[in-house]
Amino acid sequence: MVNVIDLPEEEYIYPGTRACAGCAMALIYRIALKALGSNTIITVPASCLTVLHGMQGFCTTKISVYHTPFATTGASASGILAALEDKGLADEINVLAFAGDGGTTDIGVQALSGAVERGTNFIYACYDNEAYMNTGVQRSGSTPLGVQTTTTPEGKLVHKKNMPRILEAHGIPYVATANAAYPLDLYEKFKKAKEIKGSKYIHILSPCPPGWGYDPKYTMLIGRLANETGFWPLYEVIDGTFKLSNSSKRYLDSSKRKPITEYLKAQKRFNSIDKKTIEAYEKYIENAWIDIKSRLEKQ
Amino acid sequence: MILTGNHAAAHAFRQARVGVVSAYPITPQSPVVEKIAEFIAEGKLKARFVKVESEHSAMAVLCAASATGSRVGTATSAHGLELMYEMLPWASGNRLPIVLNLATRSLGAPWSVWTDHQDFITIRDVGWIQLFCENNQEIYDTNIQAFKIAEDPRVLLPVACAFDGYVLSHTAMPVKLEKQDMIDDFIPPLKHHINLSDISTVKGIDPVTTPQVVKRNEGVAPGYYEYRYSLQKALENSIDIIKEVHDDFARKFGRSYGNGIYKEIQTDDADTIIFGMGSVASQSRVAIEKLRIEGLKVGLVSLKLFRPYPAEELREFFKDKKNIIVFDRDIGYGYEGTLSYELKAALYGLKNRPNIKGFIVGLGGRDVKTEHIINGVHKALDEFEKDIYTNKTDFLGLNLEELEDYDEESYFKGG
Repeated sequence: MVNVIDLPEEEYIYPGTRACAGCAMALIYRIALKALGSNTIITVPASCLTVLHGMQGFCTTKISVYHTPFATTGASASGILAALEDKGLADEINVLAFAGDGGTTDIGVQALSGAVERGTNFIYACYDNEAYMNTGVQRSGSTPLGVQTTTTPEGKLVHKKNMPRILEAHGIPYVATANAAYPLDLYEKFKKAKEIKGSKYIHILSPCPPGWGYDPKYTMLIGRLANETGFWPLYEVIDGTFKLSNSSKRYLDSSKRKPITEYLKAQKRFNSIDKKTIEAYEKYIENAWIDIKSRLEKQ
Repeated sequence: MILTGNHAAAHAFRQARVGVVSAYPITPQSPVVEKIAEFIAEGKLKARFVKVESEHSAMAVLCAASATGSRVGTATSAHGLELMYEMLPWASGNRLPIVLNLATRSLGAPWSVWTDHQDFITIRDVGWIQLFCENNQEIYDTNIQAFKIAEDPRVLLPVACAFDGYVLSHTAMPVKLEKQDMIDDFIPPLKHHINLSDISTVKGIDPVTTPQVVKRNEGVAPGYYEYRYSLQKALENSIDIIKEVHDDFARKFGRSYGNGIYKEIQTDDADTIIFGMGSVASQSRVAIEKLRIEGLKVGLVSLKLFRPYPAEELREFFKDKKNIIVFDRDIGYGYEGTLSYELKAALYGLKNRPNIKGFIVGLGGRDVKTEHIINGVHKALDEFEKDIYTNKTDFLGLNLEELEDYDEESYFKGG
């Protein structure tokens, strides 16, 4: 287990970016780059991260960034890798794809599926703020049940897509979930992914003050509640072996989990949910943990 | 060697020592990339072949690989090209020297796998150099030239090399392949303006670019407008370089294609010029012979460079000509054949403007027959005589009379 003191002091993002106050993505990005270091090329589709990167000619990172159209994150990583292989540099340089949930679970899913099916040696990080935040909070495939967005004013009618399971189904060597509120766990997962050859997928919950409707100072609190209520369990699947992360282990015991209403009521995006939706959440979480338990028992 | 057009393109890629290929199969292009896969498997080409799940990804792979400093190329047709469409201005906007072979094919609906030039025409506004070939040797030669043109530091633009699907893509004919050392000498290793693989310098490629020039303490950055100005100027300036590369090639390898931007056939004494591209031009070569037997002074201009459009050169060539008859294997839907209306626009302002009439021919693989061209020339000359000028399209080779229940009023209105 790493300690805060173990994190590299080197910062790879310049201060004063355009990210919103309390943005979890900026934190995730900062930690991920610390784990990967400067021998990295990043590819980024249209997303909040494009906003963080700022305007033409003034790169806000100390690492080269290639911006690519929305649907192409996985393919662009493949292209960078292929050229590095062509030049004999593939073993020296990490390729990191960093996309939002819309760019990952919706428009980019085909290119991502193709890239990992081909065994592209790269890390794909999805920062999941659970809607199209950059374009003004429209629903995505990763928006949870009942959430009000500008395109679901009545609240979303279905649960979020389980993207990590979809990636697992590709049989890739490393799949992990993470959460901006657990930065050391996040750091370790990127470190681990860096050492594994093949396609690595890390799906990170990324609380979003304007999109989720809470005061920016509560980003860590909201992130923690997602774990503590059992809504967003942290785990890894390494070569097919499921491993529950330390921060989530105690929630195997359902009595240790906080009521989901604590999480839902702290955010304005859930304002319109009714009792039935809350029950659906309780069932959803229960099922998720039954699944986790059965996976652990099978091993 | 006896090669199909597709294999001629593949051999050119092999000899250009392309570093990254990415493609998705589509008829009639597929044999290009099958052959490239074979070259790689046999160790004849040391390229990475990224076998993607769509053409959109193919072009995305190539944009990223080119920006990482490799020589790259692909091949596609019709729907594949349309699926790539989003990435095409990305390639040109980034000034990436990508070479794309297009075995032309008509666009659905309805489905058709046969040739016309509609796919080629749809990419005319994305900032690519677009060349058309008339035979398999020309496909090989144009591909070799395409890498040199694309990678010239004065150009740095993607290039599309088109040839008619099936008519050339699947037809075998003799092709002379040049010695590897001569090709290596003609296309030196790529020196790219963008190279992500050099991590000693930090690059931020394509972040959001503002409408205005941005001035900050750290420096000055162009606005979107300035970038697009430089793209347009690079295209305009590339015409001279395309001619230069063509002439270099002709000197070195002894084969030339007109002036590198269009080919003239029997134009010296001609007052009437047929204007077309690819298979249409090839068929017109035969038609000219027959028209000349009738006593008509007819010549042919086969357009090789479609974008950037060589308007100045065409104005100079056509300034003393009397009649031009354009045969388009495409339509600017809702208007005329594209070659027809673009040529009309290019010749605007000539003191003695030639008569121009356009015809549509051969969509969806309908045969373009010599008699169609001959009938078109007669009809056009007759209309010029009577001072008839119209923008309404005129289709040759339509067989509406074979549709038993055809009625112009009702037939295509559904029901």
